[in-house]
Amino acid sequence: MEVLGILIPVSLFLGGLGLAAFFWALRGRQYDDPDGDANRILTKEWDDKPRPK
Amino acid sequence: MSSPNAASDFDSGLTPGLSACPACAVAPLAEQQAQGAGLAVARLMLSVPQAHCALCITTLEHAVMAVPGVTSARLNLTLKRLSVEAEPQVTAEDLIKAAAASGYEAFEMDPGLLNATEADRQGRDLLMRLGVAFFSMMNVMLLSVAVWSGADGVTRDLFHWISAMIALPTVVFAGQPFFRAAYRSLRAGRLGMDVPISLALILASSISLYETTQSGDHAYFDAAVMLTFFLLAGRYLDHRTRAIARSAAQTLAALEVPRAVVLRDGAEVTLPIAEVAVGDLVRVRPGGRMPVDGIVEDGQSEIDRSVLTGESLPVFAGPGTPVSAGEVNLTGPLTVRVLAAGRDSSLHRMADLVAVAESARNTYTSLAERAAAWYSPLVHLLSFSAFGFWMWKTGGDVRFALNISAAVLIITCPCALGLAVPAVVTSASGKLFRKGLLIKNGTALERLSEVDAVVFDKTGTLTMGAPRPTNLEEIPRRVLSVAMALAEASSHPLAQSLFAGAESIGVRPAILSQITEQPGYGVEAMWMGQTVRLGRASWCGATAADVTASYVQIGGSTHTIEFSDRLRPGAGQLIGRLKARGVSVHLLSGDAEGPVRDLAMRLGIDEWTANALPDEKAAAITALRDAGHRVLMVGDGLNDTAALMAAHVSISPATALDAARVASDIVLLGSDLLPLEDALRIARQSTHRIVENFAISGLYNLVAVPIALLGFATPLAAALAMSLSSITVSLNALRLR
Repeated sequence: MEVLGILIPVSLFLGGLGLAAFFWALRGRQYDDPDGDANRILTKEWDDKPRPK
Repeated sequence: MSSPNAASDFDSGLTPGLSACPACAVAPLAEQQAQGAGLAVARLMLSVPQAHCALCITTLEHAVMAVPGVTSARLNLTLKRLSVEAEPQVTAEDLIKAAAASGYEAFEMDPGLLNATEADRQGRDLLMRLGVAFFSMMNVMLLSVAVWSGADGVTRDLFHWISAMIALPTVVFAGQPFFRAAYRSLRAGRLGMDVPISLALILASSISLYETTQSGDHAYFDAAVMLTFFLLAGRYLDHRTRAIARSAAQTLAALEVPRAVVLRDGAEVTLPIAEVAVGDLVRVRPGGRMPVDGIVEDGQSEIDRSVLTGESLPVFAGPGTPVSAGEVNLTGPLTVRVLAAGRDSSLHRMADLVAVAESARNTYTSLAERAAAWYSPLVHLLSFSAFGFWMWKTGGDVRFALNISAAVLIITCPCALGLAVPAVVTSASGKLFRKGLLIKNGTALERLSEVDAVVFDKTGTLTMGAPRPTNLEEIPRRVLSVAMALAEASSHPLAQSLFAGAESIGVRPAILSQITEQPGYGVEAMWMGQTVRLGRASWCGATAADVTASYVQIGGSTHTIEFSDRLRPGAGQLIGRLKARGVSVHLLSGDAEGPVRDLAMRLGIDEWTANALPDEKAAAITALRDAGHRVLMVGDGLNDTAALMAAHVSISPATALDAARVASDIVLLGSDLLPLEDALRIARQSTHRIVENFAISGLYNLVAVPIALLGFATPLAAALAMSLSSITVSLNALRLR
């Protein structure tokens, strides 16, 4: 059972990592246009290189 | 993108190449820099209701980027909104033209853009709480499964403590929307859905904490976070539906002319409507809408009053003619002395009336409200009586009795109810939005499902409001080519329509000389040594026909070109289908009897009324209502607003005037009328689904509540009942076709 001492913190850490990633994406406004993003992957623009900043 | 800095302002400095979508973010940093550098960038927003696919995105963005001066364009497909950054001289009209050229109708949005992004913030806030609730739900569930499958003693206590450490902050943070709403409703003396929710959250958390300190068997931390998650999901769906509707409603608020050209000391100044004073002289160019009420001082023209009165024929206007805000000036420039502007104009008085009526209509109690009205007291009663009963039965064991009453609250908690309505409404409004219908009012769908009579307005609703020549074949080609050449010189809608009609049957314009337009009368020119005219009957020496017509005079002979309004696409089919559904169809128009009768015959509408004044329209609706009908009114004019308000539910096309759109519950974004039938069908279906969902969650409660009351409920049972019922109602909501 000693392994719990490692596994629980690890699972919490990984979950927290996911949560942090979610916050980051949310703040980056990646959830503002889900329909548009789903469709944009179908266009051929920026397939060869990322859009210049 | 054609230009290298395309949409660069939308790229976030925080999102490097890793991001799945390369340019979702507006970087606050970049924005600040732009402002800091003092770049005068105009930000324009257009609503593009027809956009729906990947091709739309590229086509539209390219089309708009091609307009000189545009630095970036990005289409938000979820909100069907195109945001454009451009140099200040670029106007919305340029962009609308560019969009139209690529085949998309676009409407200018209110420049209150900051408000639009402000509204998103609330959505992001909810989403963040939802994320937190999801994270803790997963982790607490992981620990709870271990407890359910038999962990005991120190291990169980440890797991309970860890759960508490995760769940308590989560409930405090993520449950805030419910606590706040519950506090508000308690202060208002009501017992809404949020009160039992908050009570269940607080009771479940505090009892579980107490049990944990006493190393008890049961802790409801998982139930508390699960409850938060499911309810937040419902809340978020609800918010999103409304945010989308609101953003499109904002769009439409900008159709009215916000500015007027005022003559001050002989010079023309463009002023906001609010600064126009009574007594000022206002210039209205041909094609412009009257910004104010007033009297024509100078100039001659024809004015289109159809939005105000439903008349399809333009009316002559000269010095002394009174004009009202909202009317369209057709042929010649007019100078108007202002009698009432802004808030006092007839347009605004009408809008104010509508606002009053609006608040009256909001008293409609929705299914959800009716359900909550008896559900909340029942839940509290059950929980308290369970507490009382077990206190008496166990001889005062507070801990045991509290545990039971908490279990009852958790199990009866309107988890499924909180999801049942938003899930269905979101799914239904999403479907309708894709079909080009915008639901403005939360209860509109429910009211629409009860409709058994539909009343249509004529001009601008069943018809496009744009006349088309009907008897071109009967007129000699030679005459037509002259008429066409004359028509080319005028911006009068009949003339433009004549030109397009003649062009489509292959007529070429004759060569004329000395073309002059007589505002208010018509166009005159010389052709092969004789005077030719196109215009009003009296001016061309003809007798006026009783239909919309234009007259051509060549030397001594005159010809009559008749026009009739074009039907909106789908109008005929819609009426047929409505009748097939057993819905009675009425036509109520302010136009003259001739055109109204023709249209009614063409569409097969048996009950029609012509020459209806605005209050007569409203009275007709009230009469129908008193006869026991639930009336759907479809109209677009200012003369329809009272009727729109009087009806059980109302729909107006996007081309309608402000006041009419404000008065209606649903706005039709495209020009096709057929989606109205889908709206009726989907509304009925969704009301069915809502009732079904109530039944489903009631059924779960029927099974689970006795178990809880008897004290057999375990956290596992609570978790099962809650998640199963929530998932069933969500799946049921998705069954909408």
